[in-house]
Order: sequence, then structure tokens, then C-alpha cells
Amino acid sequence: MSTMRDDIRRGLNDIWPAAVAAAPIGLLFGAVAASKGLSPFEVFLMSLMVFAGGAQFAAIELWANPAPVAALVFSTLLINARHVLMGASLAPKLQGFSRWQKFLGLYYMADENWALAEKRARTHRLTPAYWFAMVIPFVSGWLINSTLGAMIGAVLGDPKRLGADFAFTALFIALVAAFWKGRVTFWTVAAAGVASAVTYRLAGAPWHVAAGALCGLLAAWLAAGGEEQPVTEEAKA
Amino acid sequence: MSVDPINLLAFLGMAIVTYFTRVAGLALAGRLSLSPRAQAAFDAIPPAVLIAVIAPSALATGWAETAAAAITALAATRLPLLGVVAVGVIAVVGFRMVM
Repeated sequence: MSTMRDDIRRGLNDIWPAAVAAAPIGLLFGAVAASKGLSPFEVFLMSLMVFAGGAQFAAIELWANPAPVAALVFSTLLINARHVLMGASLAPKLQGFSRWQKFLGLYYMADENWALAEKRARTHRLTPAYWFAMVIPFVSGWLINSTLGAMIGAVLGDPKRLGADFAFTALFIALVAAFWKGRVTFWTVAAAGVASAVTYRLAGAPWHVAAGALCGLLAAWLAAGGEEQPVTEEAKA
Repeated sequence: MSVDPINLLAFLGMAIVTYFTRVAGLALAGRLSLSPRAQAAFDAIPPAVLIAVIAPSALATGWAETAAAAITALAATRLPLLGVVAVGVIAVVGFRMVM
């Protein structure tokens, strides 16, 4: 039986590499958000309220003045839809949490702390002490770095001069590589890319996001059909 | 410390749908079984959305951006996240000078 102190230490130990890796990404996020006209305080508010790296990056790419609220909310919902499955998998492991600890703790469930909690739950009982010891420094880091990035970005000025406007495109390509699962992902990316670019030319923003995303999902559904069949049979047996 | 009210509305909307996706799992736990195809489509959501967001910048802006995106994709197979971003930014600056 581990004590609360041990669990706090374990949580801090597990999260720090992820927090360090996220630091430059937070700075980059803030800097490009500033180039779209968001103030450092607005960047802080967005990070505090939303706290979802991928969705925040996508939102900044779509940002305009005035903010296209419906497109931003829709894109956020799509990108974060994966949380539903992550939460469903984590929920049975939160038995040691009170009701309010669950509802508060899940507010800041991100890919990194979710993955670490799942790993921990394989060998130990998941405790609120462990969870919050991971979450508090991780969230604080994201808040500090994104706000700092916005302050620095406001000083740097036009991001296009330094090629920084392309940093998002490059970052997203790198993130797709992290989600890569072979053939199915290839068809997803090809369909999403072509559908989005064509829609952007014909109908303009923000329709390209929905059109591209839906064509990508359809392609994944179609591409998975032939491949997954044998697995289904095995699963039934 | 100025906050644009429309920006605040956008943050609020984004926060609500994000929190919804995070707590929805509590209600679904143990009751969710997706077919392999539906699972594949669900797994494909992040890459599909990411590509849909950047496709205009990568494919419909100019040759410099398209060429830089191709080099970035190549770098993504070898390098860690920030290395890929560095390669992409340097490539686009280079291509914009020569194209």
C-alpha cells in the first residue's frame, strides 16, 4: 500500500519529461497566437479554459478577426473527440476518486497524463494524489510557457519574415507522423488533404476543415474494411 | 489585460465542448464497443483534422509552401517534433527566396 507522499513523488517523477518536452511547444503556441492578434492575457485564458494543445493550435490556424466561433468550436470538438474513448477507458480505474475529484481531475485530462495514468493503473491503484501531482505541474507549465511565448511573439513582430507562419504546418505534419498507423493513415491523410485544399479553393474557409476531416474519416472507414476483417473473425472465435 | 468579447465567447465554446469530451467517458465506461472499422475511423480523427486544417497552407498557397511541406513530411519520418518544425521553417524561408 503506497502512501500519499509516495504517490505525489511518483506522479511528479512520471510527468516531468512530458512537461519539459511540452515547454518549447507552449512557447511556439503563444508566439504564433500573438501574431494572430491575441494578447498574452487572452492566450493565458485560452490555455486555462481549453487546455488542449492540438485543438488550440488548430484554432490559432483558423483564427481571424472577428473570431469564427462556430468553426473554432466545431474543429475543437472534432480534434478532442478522441477524449471520449480515452475517458471511457480511464473511468473504471478512478475508483479511489470522489465524485468531485473525478469531475475536476478530468477537466485537465490530456494525451500525456492520460497515457501515464493508464500505465500506472496496470500495476498500482490509481490515486487522486498521483493524478493531481501529474496534472498541476503539467497544466502550470502549459500556462506559463504559452503566455510567455505570446509576450515574446508580440515583440518579434511579423512571423512571416522568419517563416514562423509555416511553423504550424510543419508542426501538424510532425504530429500526424506521431499518429501514423500505416496504410489506413495514408489514405486518411491523402483524402483529407485533397478534399480540404479543393474545398478551400471552391468554398473558402472554414468549410475546408469539415470537408477534409469527413473525407479523411470516410477513407479510413473504407481502407480499414479489407484489412480488419480477419481480426474481427479472430475476435469472435 | 483586455479581452475581446467575441474571443472570450470562442474560448468558452471551445472549453465547453472539450470538457464534454473529457467527462463523457464516465457515462460510457464499459458500455462502449466499436466495430473494428468504426474504431479505425475514430482513430483517424486526429490526423484527418490536422491535415484538413493545414492543407490550404501546404497545398493551395504557393509552390514554395508545397515543396517545404514535402520536405517536412520526409523529415517527420526521421526527426523528433521540434527538429521537424525547424526543418520546415528553414525550408520555407529558403524556397520563398528562390521561387
